Order: sequence, then C-alpha cells, then structure tokens
Amino acid sequence: MNPSLFSPEGLAGVIFLILIAVTMIGAIIATCTQRLIRSVTGLAVCFVGVAGLYYFLNSPFVAMMELLIYVGAVCVTIAFAIMLAEPDERRLARKMSGLSGGLAALCGGAVSFALAYAAVTGHWMAPAAQVNDGSLKMIGHSLLTTYSMVFELISIVLLVAIIGSMALARAGRRKN
Amino acid sequence: MLTLSSQLNTYLIIGAILFGFGIFGMVRRPSLIGMLIAVELVLSGASINFMAFNRFLAPDPTVGQIITLFIMAIAAAEAAISLSIVIAVYRNYKSIEVEDLVELKG
Repeated sequence: MNPSLFSPEGLAGVIFLILIAVTMIGAIIATCTQRLIRSVTGLAVCFVGVAGLYYFLNSPFVAMMELLIYVGAVCVTIAFAIMLAEPDERRLARKMSGLSGGLAALCGGAVSFALAYAAVTGHWMAPAAQVNDGSLKMIGHSLLTTYSMVFELISIVLLVAIIGSMALARAGRRKN
Repeated sequence: MLTLSSQLNTYLIIGAILFGFGIFGMVRRPSLIGMLIAVELVLSGASINFMAFNRFLAPDPTVGQIITLFIMAIAAAEAAISLSIVIAVYRNYKSIEVEDLVELKG
C-alpha cells in the first residue's frame, strides 16, 4: 500500500527521506573533507539526522539525548581540541596519496556491503508480544530496577574519565 | 518509497553505511582527531542498529534505548579521554599525525 504524497503518512515519509539524506551528507562531509573543522561540522549534521531517525523509531527521549550529548557536547569538545592542536594542513594534503584513499574506500565499502547483505538476507523473527510500550516512564523504571548496577558503573566510568582526562592533559605542562 | 520508515531493513542498511563510512575515515585520515571523528561515526552506526532492533524485534522495547544511552555515555567518556591524550601528544611532539608518533620510549 502506497500513501499519497500529501497525506500525513506521505509527508512523514518525505521527512524521513530528507533525514536519511542529511545523515548521509553529514557522514560524507565528516570523512571526505581536508580541513578538520569542516569535518566536525559534518559530524554534527550527521548526528542531527541520526536524532531524527531515532524520533522515527518511537523514542523521542533518545533523540533529545543524541542532540544534547553528541551535537552539544562531543562535537564542541572536538572543536576545542582542534583549536588547541591544529594539524598542518599542507603537510596532511601532501601525504594523502590516491592509493590510500582507494584502499580506504575498498575497506569501508566491503564492511558496509557485508553488513547490509547480512541484514537484508537474515530472517528476523518478530516478537509475539511486547511487554510494555517503551515510554520514558518505563525507561526510568528499568534504569532504576533491572539496570541499576550498570547505571552506577557508568557513573563511575564517567567520573574516572573526567579525572583521568584532567590528569592526562595536565601532565607535560611546564611551570612558567 | 514513502513507507521506508516502517521497515527494519532501512535502518539496518543506514547503520551499515554509517559503519562503513567510519571504517573508511579511520583508514584514510592521517591525524588523530580525524580518526576520533570516524570512531564516533562507527558508534552511531552501532546505536542505530540497536534502536532498530529495539523498535521492531525486541519483546521489551526499553532495552535498546537504555543500551543506546549507555553507548552515548561511553562515547562521551572516550572522546574526553582521547582528546586529552591528543593534547598531551601535541605538547610533546608538536604534531598529531599518526606517522610522526613512531617512538615508543618517552
């Protein structure tokens, strides 16, 4: 069954196609540009598209977290690191030979094709029944009951990451 | 074409393509920060797979969302640690290119 273009389902389908295009264009910008700051921008665009895909997968909470954490925090952190340690653009451009680009495209294409082939030819079993609706309330409930141990461990990992990154970045600093 | 958003295969193929872009960038980029950006692409491809299976195949549709949240936390921690390693490497070598970092003894 094919909905018409101007029904609500059809418009949702058009928005979905736009989101796929945004994700793919962002990924291309993130990997194929020469300057690193452009590639961070492409990464942010790609994450906006991925957040939209999460919204289509019935989880607006994870979509919002994707925007907050990836676009708002990770991309900004990478941009700060680029400002602190900018690589020499001309040397990088000279070193990039055509052969390495072709080999990299071959590797990525092979992995991507293998995964997509396995996904399309696999026989996925739909579940008999879903025990809940996957809403934000149920997520919070299972975070504090079933996954409470993992939740606490993640907090410890984040704490160790904060302290470790401060210690690492402080290490070779001269006193003057 | 307009009903793509309700099929499992669409999301799996998008995830596979993002994963492939990540591998491509990891092999191709000559600098450490570029490789970190590619790693983020790989992680988001994996997250899309988890979310797609969560929506279409999981009996309990909170599991995939929670795993995706944990992947985000791990990715944020990984980005913080590796960027501070990059800063420390830059301070010692005045370069963040992979080919310049061939000494092991500090």
